[in-house]
Amino acid sequence: MKLTTEEKEILNGSQGETMAKIMKTLVMFGDMAGAKRLVPVTHEGHLVTSFGISLIKPLFRIMDEIIDAGIKSKWQFTADPRPIDYKNVKCNVLNKLVFSKIMYGQQKRYEEQLQKVGLRKPSDFTCTCYLPEVGNTPKMGDILSWAESSAVVYANSVLGARCNRNSGMIDLFGNIIGKVPEFGLLLDENREANWVVNIKTTTLPEAQVLGSAIGMAVGDGVPFIKGLDKFLGKELDAKTCAYLKDMGAASASNGAVGLFHVQNLTPEAIQKGTAIIKTSPKHLDITDEYLQNVYNNYPVLWKNQNAKPTLCFIGCPHLSLEQLVDWTHRLTVALQENNKKKLAIRTIFTTSPAVLQAFQKKHEYQQLIDTGAKISSICPLMYTNNPIAGKKPIITNSNKLRTYSGARYYQDAEIVDILCGKKEGK
Amino acid sequence: MQKNTFKGRVIAGGDLTGEAVVSHQGLNTLATFQKSALKNAKQIIGSDQNNPDVYGKVLTGKILCLPITIGSTTGGLVIQTICQMGINPSALLFSQEIDSLALSGVILAHIWEESPIIAIDKLGDDFLNTVKTGDKLQIKADGTVCIVSD
Repeated sequence: MKLTTEEKEILNGSQGETMAKIMKTLVMFGDMAGAKRLVPVTHEGHLVTSFGISLIKPLFRIMDEIIDAGIKSKWQFTADPRPIDYKNVKCNVLNKLVFSKIMYGQQKRYEEQLQKVGLRKPSDFTCTCYLPEVGNTPKMGDILSWAESSAVVYANSVLGARCNRNSGMIDLFGNIIGKVPEFGLLLDENREANWVVNIKTTTLPEAQVLGSAIGMAVGDGVPFIKGLDKFLGKELDAKTCAYLKDMGAASASNGAVGLFHVQNLTPEAIQKGTAIIKTSPKHLDITDEYLQNVYNNYPVLWKNQNAKPTLCFIGCPHLSLEQLVDWTHRLTVALQENNKKKLAIRTIFTTSPAVLQAFQKKHEYQQLIDTGAKISSICPLMYTNNPIAGKKPIITNSNKLRTYSGARYYQDAEIVDILCGKKEGK
Repeated sequence: MQKNTFKGRVIAGGDLTGEAVVSHQGLNTLATFQKSALKNAKQIIGSDQNNPDVYGKVLTGKILCLPITIGSTTGGLVIQTICQMGINPSALLFSQEIDSLALSGVILAHIWEESPIIAIDKLGDDFLNTVKTGDKLQIKADGTVCIVSD
């Protein structure tokens, strides 16, 4: 990469040894990725590392080194959700012991480190920082130093910002220096679609299964999705944004999708139309049968495949306000139809602290609480992804959670039936 | 005669002879390494339920051959952490251009952990179609990879 005088000086230690190592990391990263220069970050950051897992020693050690060197991040940042919430996601004594003393023993220390380095607000822990209630919402063309695969793919695709699939640590380093290497999804040519995905289903596909199918097929490709606007319409309203949030998250966890375009919907697809498709793209046709096959092939990791589920997580990625309201309506109606007042299984809805605050002002909040459901701002993945919770028969409507834990995936309609006692989950 | 020597781009070089474990699909870093890392295990057993090529296989000290890595953006930090713990594969051999997450992990491991992990990319589709789990591989510092025996 060609560096400016100031960048070279930092690399040579003008701002101390730690800043030099941070710059060296970004420069090596950029050099190997084919970047020609560093470009300024133009919006707040978002970090994927929000968890004080004791075994991630390099994270805490480097944070201490940064703090000891007196370094503050040039751009403040939000971070992924916290791993524990004993008030709303109850744990027994053994679980608490394992979580607080062993698994997440560094949580308090790490949150203090984040605040010292540049966390925007003490409550800024969510994977959906881009939602309006949270307010870390980049505009089209903004250059970001973000990680969290679901947030990166949303920022690129739905908001038209520019961000690579950065790793934890690299996300922080870009915000500290205030610059990122210019390669990959920061460049026009790499934002063109090299896949055309034709949606040929009879109804709107389940977002999480569609995203999963796309991710598995295209890997790190950029898909241009045709035929989805037939079901979603041509407006990026809250419902459509929530659909694309969930679809994108699944495509990023079952593949490495960092950017997708949806014909007539997402900003660059509207701006450039089919001209954004590269010559000779690969093609993928998605039919009802194709998606059913993907769904049928999800492995079930429960020891007892017929176990009755004891816990349900809804909200990975965190739910939007519109989704919380929609789930409340669906469950309320379903409970009435089945002459039930309470959900059949302990159910946790997860959303950001800011969206929860907005939801609490709506009458649906009390309706949902009355069903026995709990609302939390934890990361369900962090809660389930450990030896103790991993043994529980947990169900979810999140493909991302299914991918990284032993939780069993069900589509939304099945989840409603299970929660209302109409269908036995197993 | 089947080709058995391949040349790639050196990300982090070194000389090494070892045993291959091959993932024909994108390797989900978090899903593959997390279980062993979280248990503070002495070695990594691949834990990605969606990847039968590596599921249940010992990966510590092996030469992991793969197209790219996929999944969570914790990926780089996960690679850095397993290198710090000393339970990492000895080498990562990519058939395609290394992805940003794996690249981050290798660089973080070198600069911040002084790890000797080897990484070579752009070895080509032929490499991944030829190499098999259990093959003995010889890696040279210039990015040459030889399949020594089956």
